[in-house]
Amino acid sequence: MRQENLSKTEKDIISESYFQTVFRRFRRHHLAAVSLIILIILGGAALLAPIIAPYDPDEIVGTFSGAPCKEFWMGTDQIGRDVFSRLLYAMRVSLLVGILATFISTAVGVVLGLIAGYFGGIADMVIMRFTDMVMSFPYILLVLVAASIFEPGMWSIILILGFVDWPGIARLVRGNVLSLRETNFVKGNLVAGMPLRHILFSEILPNTVAPILVYATSVLALSMLDEAALSFLGLGVRPPTASLGNMLNGAQSLTVLTRQPWLWLPPGLLIIILVMTINFIGDALRDALDPNSGR
Amino acid sequence: MSHSHTDQERKIPLIEVENLKKYYAIKGGIVTHTTAHVKAVDGVSFSILEGETLGLVGESGCGKSTIGRALVGLEKPTEGKICYEGQDLAKLPKKEMEKIRTHLQMVFQDPYSSLNPRKHVFEILAQPMLYHKVSTRETVEKDMVRILDMVGLPRNVLGRYPHEFSGGQRQRIGIAKALSLNPRFIVCDEPVSALDVSIQAQILNLLKGLQKELGLTLLFVGHGLGAVNYVSDRIAVMYLGKIVEIGEAKEIFAHPVHPYTQALLNAVPIPDPAEKNKEHYLLQGEIGSSVNPPIGCRFHPRCPYATEICRQKEPMLLETGSESVHYAACPIVMTSKEAWK
Repeated sequence: MRQENLSKTEKDIISESYFQTVFRRFRRHHLAAVSLIILIILGGAALLAPIIAPYDPDEIVGTFSGAPCKEFWMGTDQIGRDVFSRLLYAMRVSLLVGILATFISTAVGVVLGLIAGYFGGIADMVIMRFTDMVMSFPYILLVLVAASIFEPGMWSIILILGFVDWPGIARLVRGNVLSLRETNFVKGNLVAGMPLRHILFSEILPNTVAPILVYATSVLALSMLDEAALSFLGLGVRPPTASLGNMLNGAQSLTVLTRQPWLWLPPGLLIIILVMTINFIGDALRDALDPNSGR
Repeated sequence: MSHSHTDQERKIPLIEVENLKKYYAIKGGIVTHTTAHVKAVDGVSFSILEGETLGLVGESGCGKSTIGRALVGLEKPTEGKICYEGQDLAKLPKKEMEKIRTHLQMVFQDPYSSLNPRKHVFEILAQPMLYHKVSTRETVEKDMVRILDMVGLPRNVLGRYPHEFSGGQRQRIGIAKALSLNPRFIVCDEPVSALDVSIQAQILNLLKGLQKELGLTLLFVGHGLGAVNYVSDRIAVMYLGKIVEIGEAKEIFAHPVHPYTQALLNAVPIPDPAEKNKEHYLLQGEIGSSVNPPIGCRFHPRCPYATEICRQKEPMLLETGSESVHYAACPIVMTSKEAWK
């Protein structure tokens, strides 16, 4: 192994060995490895929905509330749309909402956390008080207000969730930056006269990526749950666009709940599976990315 | 010995520290305000000549590391001046300061935290060199190999991560990092105290050799007199934020004047059992508080020679009258009246 590596250039050894280590440690968590495979399959299915889906998700193609049969694997909904096709498209929407909302909140949280942690003083105080304020604000209210101002829909829910979920990340990053700022390798680079952008983005940030990534997975799971909850209440993604949340909407009626499980069981199960797999992966990442956990 | 006196006077000091003070505010109260100050460094003056090694010794918390950090710009002095080649560092324009930055480098105490765990040695060393244009993309690898060779590491360490190395190897990388910017002055902040005893000697020899080879000027901070004496030309002894004695290393070892220096020397274990029963004065009690240092001589609560006047007046550094340059701040031992402020 060593022999083989030595013959290559130094750069190669580096990039290979780091990801190899992470991958090897990740694989040790069997649950997470299985979760990753499931998530990849589901994500692929969502991505390829236009190819896989047998019908147009918004088109009425069959009988009302038809039970699963050969033609419609998961039956049809109350107005005769194919549940399987809708499910694929719904997963697309839910994943998109989750990923974009997580992306926004991570970006906001990282920037604010970095500023608060590194510069301290007044910047820190203002940012952290603002963070506390956002944290203590019930987001349902925010959604209601936003829904009355803007058109409720996928994009507004992405923005709302994105700007509501960042405080956790901001706090996490701030805490990490506070301790990293005092480490000798940061001090050493200050002594070496490295510019601020190098200190922040090359020394400090890479050392907080692991906790951010782990936290982001739980934000991803949470924002997908939030999307489902809001859409279920009719405040999120608007029909006819399918989302996992508004597909569950039908389960509000007792007949559907008791007599037509194919209408709510698939989206419900899919939410559970997605959230669980994402959380398992986050757990395994925490261990795999820790640079100090040894060989 | 007498010629060294005139020799030193002729040289220009590379580093000059004048009345350096560093106070840290203690905040408290319901409405946060400054309640007191920790006087980490409280009026210290000394100079370091080009090419010499000054050892700085004292107990933990006496302010020796703070001085080191202030010299490389990690701490902003509360008061006083730090001059590099006669220029006041605090008054230098930013552009000038950036040029000088690389001349003043530091080797840290804890080799386990002084290297970024996310970067391999190649990045750790190359980034500052490229940023300061000490080296170019084409030559950087060659330059790094040359520096690694100086600190006794093979070239294949470049692709490895810090956690793959032992403490001694990491400290060598830390030294390589300090050397990579072609510095003239390096602060070594207790560079061996976190290492195994067997490795300590290797690192000390390395530092000593490099200093000679490259003509570096060093400030060697340490709390073990043995290690400090081994590498230093001159030694300054600190107690509670003040220098109590400063002079040539040999002279301080042969004729320590200040009672604190004597106690430090007595605290060095003697391997000869016949010597064991000899009477030695060993320090009693703890180092005093740097928030409210003792009035008068700061050492008086622990000093065997303390008299009434020691509790009232603060002694100044005075020449001991030996042939080499040697100052101490104890008029009782030196029996000289003018030593009091």
